[in-house]
Amino acid sequence: MRRLPEVSWKTLPGPQDITRSVLPNGIILLTRSNFNSPSVVIHGYLPSGSIFDPREKLGLAYFTSVALMRGTHDHNFQQIYDRLESAGASLGFGASVHNTSFGGRALAEDLPLLLGTLSEALRAPSFPPEQIERLRAQLLTGIALRDQDTADRASLRFDELLFPNHPYGLPEDGFTETVQAIRREDILEHHQRVFGPHNMVLVVVGAISASQVYDFVSQALGDWQNPSQPAMPELPPVTPLGAPVREHMVLPGKSQADLVMGGFGPKRSSPDYLAASLGNNILGQFGMMGRIGDVVREQAGLAYYASTSLNAWINTGSWEVSAGVNPANLQRAIDLILAEIRRFITEPVSLEELQDSQANYIGRLPLSMESNNGVAAALLNIERFQLGLDYYQQFPAMVSAITPEAVLQAAQRYLFPERMLAISAGPELME
Amino acid sequence: MTNSTLVKLPNGLTVHLKEIHTAPIISHWAWYRVGSRDDPPGLTGISHWVEHMQFKGSLNFPSGMLDKSISREGGYWNAYTHLDWTTFFETLPAEKIDLGLRLEADRMSNSLFKEEEVESERTVILSEREGSENEPLFRLGESVQKAAFDLHPYRNEVIGSVEDLRAIQRADLYHHYRAHYHPANALIAVAGDFDTAALLKRLEELYGGIPAGPAVIHPAQAEPPLQAERRVEVKGPGKTTFIQIAYRAPAAASADFFAFTVLDSLLTGPTSLNMFGGGGTSNKTSRLYRALVEKELAIGVGGGAQATIDPFLYEITITVRAGQSMDAILKTVDTEIGQLQQAQVHPDEIARAIKQARAIFAYGSENITNQAFWLGYAEMFSSYQWFTEYMLRLEVVTPADLQRIAAAYLLPERRVVGVYIPTGEETPEG
Repeated sequence: MRRLPEVSWKTLPGPQDITRSVLPNGIILLTRSNFNSPSVVIHGYLPSGSIFDPREKLGLAYFTSVALMRGTHDHNFQQIYDRLESAGASLGFGASVHNTSFGGRALAEDLPLLLGTLSEALRAPSFPPEQIERLRAQLLTGIALRDQDTADRASLRFDELLFPNHPYGLPEDGFTETVQAIRREDILEHHQRVFGPHNMVLVVVGAISASQVYDFVSQALGDWQNPSQPAMPELPPVTPLGAPVREHMVLPGKSQADLVMGGFGPKRSSPDYLAASLGNNILGQFGMMGRIGDVVREQAGLAYYASTSLNAWINTGSWEVSAGVNPANLQRAIDLILAEIRRFITEPVSLEELQDSQANYIGRLPLSMESNNGVAAALLNIERFQLGLDYYQQFPAMVSAITPEAVLQAAQRYLFPERMLAISAGPELME
Repeated sequence: MTNSTLVKLPNGLTVHLKEIHTAPIISHWAWYRVGSRDDPPGLTGISHWVEHMQFKGSLNFPSGMLDKSISREGGYWNAYTHLDWTTFFETLPAEKIDLGLRLEADRMSNSLFKEEEVESERTVILSEREGSENEPLFRLGESVQKAAFDLHPYRNEVIGSVEDLRAIQRADLYHHYRAHYHPANALIAVAGDFDTAALLKRLEELYGGIPAGPAVIHPAQAEPPLQAERRVEVKGPGKTTFIQIAYRAPAAASADFFAFTVLDSLLTGPTSLNMFGGGGTSNKTSRLYRALVEKELAIGVGGGAQATIDPFLYEITITVRAGQSMDAILKTVDTEIGQLQQAQVHPDEIARAIKQARAIFAYGSENITNQAFWLGYAEMFSSYQWFTEYMLRLEVVTPADLQRIAAAYLLPERRVVGVYIPTGEETPEG
């Protein structure tokens, strides 16, 4: 039996070097120092995502998030960016179904500037009307480009079919008509009502001590309150897929078709998540994109990429295969992928394959946390999914405990080749 | 900055090592002085294809075993082909690095290039190209690049033309491989948690026996700048117009490159040359953003130059706001450039660009992979000194330098203006 790699524990974040604190107003702060480089990153989120969007104004949370830095009560757009860019720093916002997220980086000496800008943007945005209209034009262009992107189109349609009448089935950046329908008052109202410190998560990693971070954050955000901040709305239940769906969307003038196939996957807290995740690695990631990459790219030469992904969220998840293929080869690629999935749910993976993926999962941990961004992502993950501060230190033992039978059971629970979605977008298909 | 060790083995192989003991990780890179600059006419894309074939099996690492070996150890690896160079890297837990060393030493001279693997890779690369063709900016960029040079191979996309990708044969690929993959045309760069003396000894064992091979010829010659503006149009699907303006930029080794870097920072925002962890700051206070986006002529603007052996391009890419004309945009760009040519900027603007560069360097030093990248990268178009002196050379740029650079390089007659015209077809639903 192959020996699993040993990980140097001292380099992985854990209770010994992660500081987690909760400010009196509810902000959850996680910090880890790294003095190897004079830089610092911040990442975080607030529970104010597109789940709050009225359907006819889809894109409101996203629009609001990108408008936060367009002007505040104290600084106009150019002043905000002049201070950041003069320091070589950056800060940006976005939105997902659940959250408004943010990320930024600076030299450690400029962390107060970064946190001050974050605080102003979150608490005192002025949403200047001319900036809102300028942004609207930019968002509409973004949607026009998205509508011409074969991968985006296939993926959007896949989500729509997998999650009908559900926020997960809708694009956070909205549609042309819904973005056109959003008024400045909607943005002001969304911001005033939904933005607040309760359950906001802020991660700071870099060349600074945890106590200094706590002081800076308290100063910048400690007195923020919003008594009207609502609870997270309940998500509607998802409905299992009844029948296979095969759709192709024609985008004239394109050379390649992008394909997305799949169905539901486990939610992040599901007991079979890790078995499914290792299975996913074997099926479509390990080495040059796992079994599917091997068959579709390496053996058949049909695609530049053909891989799988497991996306696990709070309430549900998806398990997807994606590939970029010449339209003439599309059906052949689909058939090869389906054959691999059938094999995957019929026979257990070999012990050797599983050990390869286990070794990969364990060995890559220190590498994934080489940079401040990597550590920050890991800390966010710990908080978002309540994994525990010692998660990355327990991880090797949890990974090693997964058996081929557990992978098979997880695969059989989620992968159904006979009723799978297979959505493609690209040039017209020849009969 | 900790010191590095640069040595040349008797067979001509350059080895560049830098100990970094912040994490139990080592990153190992094999660099070759071969890129699309070396692609012969009719064989465009061959350097990139050779890079792909390096993953298809060598004497001691059969196809399919390479990627698995690295993944099994939790490492990551990849390869890139660019204008002047091709590079392969593995970042691994420190105690596993020997695998990367053995693998690269083997494929420096023992790759197989099996006929059936060549054929299967042909469709993979055509598929890679088709994926790029789906993007309006790839199609525009390809046309602009072609118009920007008459003879120099920089006129070709690294991936090559469809015609050439269909024509290239196994013998062409193998010949290109044998002609360029030699110790004397290569550089091994390693950064991370190791002892220099011990690692050097191991590298000598693995690479020292590879024969030096014939001298490599790089036929490309720098091409004089354009004498008159050229315009190209590309039509394609979509509803969004893009403009790309490409000026001939200085070579990386030219003294002008550093002043040009500052100029780029002022005009379109700082460009990061880091391959990993590098993105710097946004560009919303850059002159062209303020003139184009804030004035609602454009949705976005970006620009940057690359560090290359021969003068390549400084490209400004503009996403046009619906309803705005190309003439109004070009006029605005010319006005902004005119100001840089007519008057000296305030020294504070230069100081700002220098701080931006310092921050980008700090971000890039967070990870060992990127530090190893720099050990080899700067050697491909200049020398490692270019990297270590980079900040110093930015710091001596003066307002007068900027004015001179703007006047010398950013002339309308020296540029190509390309426009992507969307056909605006409605897209039928499937």
